[in-house]
Amino acid sequence: MKMKKAVTFLTVLFASIFLLAACGGEDSGGNGTSSGNTKSIKFMHLWPEGSSAQHHKVVNEIITDFEAENDGITIDLEVLSNEQYKDKIKVLSTSNELPDVGMTWAAGYMEPYVNGNMFAAVDDIIESDLSDSFVPGTAEAFSIDDTAYGLPLELNISTIFYNKAIFDEYSLEEPQTIEELHEIVDTLNENGVNPIALGNRDAWTGSMWYMYLADRFAGEEDVLTQAINREVSFEDPALVQAAQEIQKLVESGSFVQGFNGLADEEAKSMFMGEQAAMYLIATWDLPNFTTNEDVPQEFRDSVGYFKFPTVDGSGDSNSYVGGPGVGLFVSENSDVKEEAKAFASYFVQQWGEKAVTEVGIIPATKVDADSLDLPQMYVDVLNDLNEATNITLYADVQMSASAAQVHLDMIQALFGGDVTPEGFAKTHEDTLSAEE
Amino acid sequence: MNKVMSNKWIIILYTFPALLLIAVLIVIPLILSGYFGLMDWDGIGAMEFIGLDNYIAALQDTKFWDSTLHSFLLALFSACSLIGYLAVALILASKIKGASLLRKIYLIPMLLSSVAIAQLWIKVYNPSNGMLNSILLGLGIDNPPAWLADPNIVLYAIFVPIIWQYAGFYILIYYAALKNIPESLIEAAKIDGATPLQIALKIKIPLIMNVFKVTIVLSIVGSLKYFDLIYVMTGGGPNGASEVMASYMYKLAFSSYNFGYGSAIGFLLLIITLIVTVIIRKLTVSKDEIQY
Repeated sequence: MKMKKAVTFLTVLFASIFLLAACGGEDSGGNGTSSGNTKSIKFMHLWPEGSSAQHHKVVNEIITDFEAENDGITIDLEVLSNEQYKDKIKVLSTSNELPDVGMTWAAGYMEPYVNGNMFAAVDDIIESDLSDSFVPGTAEAFSIDDTAYGLPLELNISTIFYNKAIFDEYSLEEPQTIEELHEIVDTLNENGVNPIALGNRDAWTGSMWYMYLADRFAGEEDVLTQAINREVSFEDPALVQAAQEIQKLVESGSFVQGFNGLADEEAKSMFMGEQAAMYLIATWDLPNFTTNEDVPQEFRDSVGYFKFPTVDGSGDSNSYVGGPGVGLFVSENSDVKEEAKAFASYFVQQWGEKAVTEVGIIPATKVDADSLDLPQMYVDVLNDLNEATNITLYADVQMSASAAQVHLDMIQALFGGDVTPEGFAKTHEDTLSAEE
Repeated sequence: MNKVMSNKWIIILYTFPALLLIAVLIVIPLILSGYFGLMDWDGIGAMEFIGLDNYIAALQDTKFWDSTLHSFLLALFSACSLIGYLAVALILASKIKGASLLRKIYLIPMLLSSVAIAQLWIKVYNPSNGMLNSILLGLGIDNPPAWLADPNIVLYAIFVPIIWQYAGFYILIYYAALKNIPESLIEAAKIDGATPLQIALKIKIPLIMNVFKVTIVLSIVGSLKYFDLIYVMTGGGPNGASEVMASYMYKLAFSSYNFGYGSAIGFLLLIITLIVTVIIRKLTVSKDEIQY
């Protein structure tokens, strides 16, 4: 009899656990919940407080203002650092749980999302709220088949930043040609100073070196972009020469020891800790060299930059590697799409001027630079940008995701001496032609 | 009791919750990944059925075989390190002073998350500022290797923290097993004049052989599907030198947007692990149970 009671008891217990579990499942499901009068917009960005203090602060200001102006709407924020962000967005998209508003990169990166109907078209926002406010070319980079799916926030060009104090100590001057850069490297190596910080575990940093050399060797034409678009072969002499030059730079000890195992953040901290003299990075890091109060004033004062040198008299130093950085997307499947679009539009409008004055980066929206009080380095970069003859979009953004992965692996192999320059070009050619 | 357990409906009722969990969390995803492996799919857009193409491509993919080799190397290293864990457990169980404190210390890595361990070891291995190279330089070694950048070293450099990470787990298992051996057996051996080494090799180890066999399976299967430290410390680089099966699968599915191919690799990983498990079980099956 006792046994029977126990059985009944257990049966009831199981049944109730199931009921509870079923109830618990009801109200989960993270994207865009609207309950009663308050609506919540889920927003993800990639500027954590630790590594991008100014960005983080400005985003929070914009969110606070938006919430104050729009009663009953709250922004549900999630912040991840760059690489984690990329991973998470991908995982969320496979389970159809993208945030209502989030960040995306241009061109090849966003293509699968657009083809998969994940991003909402934002032409209506651009036409109504933001007409004529973007720098030409930036909004286009976020368009596929003439429909815009992203609102660009940044415009970056990459330059070589250097430590003036170290350069002064060894009486070095900004190099104009790659030969002069080699001489600087030799002098620094003789004196036991690390010449160039490079974190090639994040191979897109090594890719920027390669892209610049390819651009310089090619001269007038943007051969790299043409090769990616399949107008010319990747085995073009300029692209092979650029790969050879990379290995020359590696052999002469230009880059810090073990660069293939270092992350970009580690390389950056070497440059900012004055352990390396030079560092090629895009202008998104300008705040660290100008306005970021967490970086010692002494270091910020000693940072200068120069344009990537020319090679053998070939190439134009006003041609840059760069392009629009991140932009905002609105999720197609959002429950609060209208509110999300309003927020994205508000964000872009507020971002432009705040990005200049408070963050110190170049926004993709037009800004009247003369009316603002800006750090000198920022003014210089803006002037350079006005004189730019060409901006080549980052290769790993231009390519499809799987070709980009091959490209990044090959960059590591090239820098590590695991592949010949010819083999490097051939692997690219094979990969790109297989995708046609 | 027998009356209750002979009722089939009750048996089904009581096993149902566990079965449901296993089905939803393990069996269905497994079948799905095998199914996605038949598709050409970027993970977002429309799927296209392409039959066994992904599986055939995987079998011809040198990168896949390289990563498989790396996974098996890890399995070999983990299995060998079990002997070391066992030695430590034997010493700990032989009533030395401070054994309980040491046991807790060995357990610490198990309490840390993999990402924290990875960050810690990235700092240790840093070529210019890392602890390891600072010590080597201090010892007068001029050109210490760049541990995570050298394609010939990187794999072994990552094995060290992996083996360190799991030390506590296996030592704990062995320790518990050793403590289970009746004291009377040891006493008898001592009276017969056995040395401590003889006691360890001829009495203790044979008595916990079943546990040892289970840990061999655990460590090899765990190694074959290992992912976390490798993903955080090198991402499989440089140029695939530290890629293992699981990280290669992840890279294909989530970085290259080749979800179909990634799923196919995942399914192959399952099949390989299954085959290996069956082989090990066959090799280590015991003919006669030892009774105390």
